[in-house]
Amino acid sequence: MLTKRSPELGHTDVTPRDVYFHRRNFLRGLGFAGAAAILGERFASLLSPSTTVFAGTKLTTVKSNYTVNEKITPEDDVTHYNNFYELVTDKGDRAKNAQKLPTTLWTVSVEGEVKTPRKFSIDEILELVPLEERIYRHRCVERWSIVVPWIGYSLSALLKLVEPTPKAKYVAFQSFYDLKQMPHSKYTGLDYPYVEGLRLDEAMHPLALLCVGMYGETLPNQDGAPVRMVIPWKYGYKSIKSIVKIRLQSSEPPTSWNRQSPNEYGFYSNVNPNVDHPRWSQATERRLGEIFMHKTLMFNGYADQVASLYSGMDLKKFH
Amino acid sequence: MLLVRKILASKWAKVFVFLLSSIPLLLLVWRGFRGDLTANPVEFLQHQTGDWTLRFLVFTLCVTPFRKILKLPELIRFRRMLGLFAFFYVCLHFLSYLGPDQSFHLAGMLKDVAKRPFVTVGFAAFVLLIPLAITSTAGWIRRLGGKRWVALHRSIYICAILGVIHYYWLVKSDVRKPLFYGLLVGILLAWRLATWFGNRKAPAVAHPAPVRSS
Repeated sequence: MLTKRSPELGHTDVTPRDVYFHRRNFLRGLGFAGAAAILGERFASLLSPSTTVFAGTKLTTVKSNYTVNEKITPEDDVTHYNNFYELVTDKGDRAKNAQKLPTTLWTVSVEGEVKTPRKFSIDEILELVPLEERIYRHRCVERWSIVVPWIGYSLSALLKLVEPTPKAKYVAFQSFYDLKQMPHSKYTGLDYPYVEGLRLDEAMHPLALLCVGMYGETLPNQDGAPVRMVIPWKYGYKSIKSIVKIRLQSSEPPTSWNRQSPNEYGFYSNVNPNVDHPRWSQATERRLGEIFMHKTLMFNGYADQVASLYSGMDLKKFH
Repeated sequence: MLLVRKILASKWAKVFVFLLSSIPLLLLVWRGFRGDLTANPVEFLQHQTGDWTLRFLVFTLCVTPFRKILKLPELIRFRRMLGLFAFFYVCLHFLSYLGPDQSFHLAGMLKDVAKRPFVTVGFAAFVLLIPLAITSTAGWIRRLGGKRWVALHRSIYICAILGVIHYYWLVKSDVRKPLFYGLLVGILLAWRLATWFGNRKAPAVAHPAPVRSS
């Protein structure tokens, strides 16, 4: 459930400023088609007022078994220190640029090797199964880490719905991309749209979270609104943001950072203190807000749950 | 022009440049007191002090070309101070790495220096700057003799190049900033090469030797 609305209009019914700006950017970016879509959306919103999702909306959640008992990183740190290269490569400026992401009228196309390919609207995604709050450790390849109360549910719930065929071995994800609205992206050294991938058994693992919120609310744009992945045992860049397409396929999909420098970023990218990044050690990490380094844990501390996925594999070779 | 030269020659000009060069430090201290050093203060300090080291190396390298092109010999008065500020910021940069990243363990640090090429070149640049800072005094110029002193202090060219490589190897994929520093250092060194070749081609002209008597 996204919003609880009372019959009369109240303070909560005022369009938040950022939503208003999304619309303007959305219009500018998509031109006539966008304008038509906005009109349609306006019309739809008269009929049912909750068809749009935007940052800062409270979410109702149920308890989850997949939670670590660690000190949660302050929300302001998490939302003002992360990477979203399509917006800008400087971490601090990301929040400023984030309003350019049009998170209304969002759909996620699930296709490929499935019996029932389908486009999910963001509202359908929000209401597919009860939302859980899960506190996960999150480890960036740059050696910083955070502990975040994400909101969402296992991706497997959505994948089961579309019924993967026996040919489906991998899941490919694709982010939203529009050069016009993301002019900085040209200089970031990555090809867009951003793509990521998982083996199907990884994607079906209950820890692989389809995430729509954090800290009790819908996702801020710079953290991947309106829907992203969170894969807590892998480096942060595997947790793709602002997803528009999920494709099941028989071959291993390309992934953005791997394409950029294959020797530094592998397809698996499991957190592993014993396999260094060619340019720096991965044995330690720094929690945001702390001065000294922590030891990094195998699979980011999720070895008990996920190590069996990789039994018999050379984790150095398949880094 | 005369006024500019007069201002540059005044003792207050040095005080002014000193205060100006201290602003980055004062801003960091101020932000530290306000708890405004971003979500990752250590990384922020490392990046800020690294940036300011490169900037002051560039400023230092600017002195000679500007002095000659603009015909403002008084600019030389600021070169030592700018160089020492580069050294000051690189010391802060080094400490922000040695402390939080290596917990002040020298052995662990040396292992890191040996293993990571980007740390190796950064550390090499830092070590190369130490003798330059030590011998920056008038006493050391006298002791070494002008020629040897100049030769030693040419190693700042290497420091600047190593500093740019250090930055370039650190970034993940957006190389615009390191390339910008590279461009600046490249231009400043190219100017020196060009004047050096120019002087070699026309050696017959009697140059009034600018070496100060000791």
